[in-house]
Amino acid sequence: MRGHTLNIIFALTGLALIWSAHAGLLDNYVLTVLMFMGINVIFASSLNLVNGYMGEFSCGHAGFMCVGAYVGSLLSMALFTNSKLFGDALLPPELALPLFPLVLVAAGFAAAAFGLLVALPSFHTRDDYLAIITIAANYIIISIIENIDAIGGPRGLFGMKKTINAMGDFINAPWMFIWVVLITFVSVMILYRLVTSTCGKGIPAVCQNEVAAEIMGVNTNKVKIMAFMVSSGLAGVAGALYAHVYGYVNAQAFNILKSTEGLVMVYLGGMGSLSGVVIAAIAFTLLVEGLRFVIPFVNDLTHSLGLLPAGFEISQVWKWVIIPMILILLMQFRPEGLLGNRELTHVFPGLKKWITFK
Amino acid sequence: MPLLELENVSQRFGGLKALTDFSIALEDRELVGLIGPNGAGKTTVFNLVSGFYTPSEGRITFGGRPTRGLKPHQVTALGMARTFQNIRLWNDLSVLDNIRLAHHFRLGYGMVDAVFRTGRYGRAEQKIEREAREILETMELAEFAAEQPKNLPYGVQRRVELARALSTKPRLLLLDEPAAGLNSSDVDGLIRLIRWIYDEFKICIWMIEHQMKVVMSLCQRLMVIDFGITIARGTPREIQSNPDVIRAYLGDGAL
Repeated sequence: MRGHTLNIIFALTGLALIWSAHAGLLDNYVLTVLMFMGINVIFASSLNLVNGYMGEFSCGHAGFMCVGAYVGSLLSMALFTNSKLFGDALLPPELALPLFPLVLVAAGFAAAAFGLLVALPSFHTRDDYLAIITIAANYIIISIIENIDAIGGPRGLFGMKKTINAMGDFINAPWMFIWVVLITFVSVMILYRLVTSTCGKGIPAVCQNEVAAEIMGVNTNKVKIMAFMVSSGLAGVAGALYAHVYGYVNAQAFNILKSTEGLVMVYLGGMGSLSGVVIAAIAFTLLVEGLRFVIPFVNDLTHSLGLLPAGFEISQVWKWVIIPMILILLMQFRPEGLLGNRELTHVFPGLKKWITFK
Repeated sequence: MPLLELENVSQRFGGLKALTDFSIALEDRELVGLIGPNGAGKTTVFNLVSGFYTPSEGRITFGGRPTRGLKPHQVTALGMARTFQNIRLWNDLSVLDNIRLAHHFRLGYGMVDAVFRTGRYGRAEQKIEREAREILETMELAEFAAEQPKNLPYGVQRRVELARALSTKPRLLLLDEPAAGLNSSDVDGLIRLIRWIYDEFKICIWMIEHQMKVVMSLCQRLMVIDFGITIARGTPREIQSNPDVIRAYLGDGAL
């Protein structure tokens, strides 16, 4: 029973959220924020597998999210919706509900395949040089997609939301929200189970001493492939969810800025700490959303106090001053992140009753 | 058939010839030493044997199988383990995890089993955990199971590294300067430990060592190399009085 307590708490929280969404207790804005929170959790915790556990510096994680977003959207449009791009739906819309997870899985596999773009060079390259390769991979992916005019090119892609609407026509429920809650839970579970198994501990072993790992029988190349593919695959799933939440994808939404957001969340939470990064992803989403209200408030306040000249407005752009500033302060005063490479159970030993990370 | 055989192995790094025409045959259940002054090419021999380098010339066979083209982890899977001159443990993982990871090449389950926590995963992990705890018990390391190696004294770290190497269930154990950095009372303990491992695990041990006390009291036969060239081989007693060896270590004036 002991090992399942946390799962039960998560399941109950998820159910409570879904129920309140269904009952209309949460307005659309809150729902959207919660969904982006879930997507950020998947995005950041999957990046943490490479940047935290394996100690490589991947800065092109959004590229894989982009692959997942497009593959997921195209599949769901072709299969379940009548679109200009693909013509009539290949399958009856009732099947959208049971088959949607398969669309997400396919998006994940496609992104994982692109993960090889980074995984294969990583056999012979490390550190800064590999980091440059990850940036290159990010740009390669975006450029490829932007130059395929059939799927919208730089204009982006619309129409995947109809799949979600079809589910709603079939059984009335907040399906998008349900999927995000479910997949977030499953993704974190996959990562947790992987990093706590002896199989997955090959990943920190490669990070901490690659020579020793290879000599003690760890197939380091296989471990690298595993880490990069799981990481990029989950990013792809996050991307497919993102596309369906927005109802629109554009390759430029997944450029290096988006990758940087992932890095901020990982470094905020602490590299190699699954619980830390999940908390950081939630906190980061709240922070970004919170600034949406705080900035106008500060703007009005300073103007009413006469501290700022009439022509000067504090706009939302200041968000991109404040967030990097937080990163600078973090690196100055707590470079290891909120939890360092420890888990929540080390900080609050009382939690060990409920969950173990070893 | 010898357990490990090196035939006329040479290794060049660019213009530098680190090892020239090195040959040796090790049988099961032997305790052999490899000595030589600093920079003589001893660790190069171990790196060649464990698959880190591919020899420029010559042939290495382990258990009757040529090892050319095998990666180090594949050589380990054939039954060879080693320790390092400067300890190489995974410092942020627990001692228990360090030992567990020595089972990585024969996990008996895959990533999918780990994610779905299948029965196969459960059985394999249980077996790994049991064997890891056993070896920690026999090596008197059980009390450190949850510690991180970086927080342990040097001598204990050496023992952990030995325990980790033994966990791969090797037929041949390579020890690269096991006594380096140990004080004299630790060295006595190490000599007893290596002898005990040799008797208990019934394996072949090949060691590089500088400290004569260790080599003389443990090894049945010795090889001496200098500048990559084999200058002597024989029993410890023969080696001690060999003029070439004395010259290599102490210079011409010593004779």
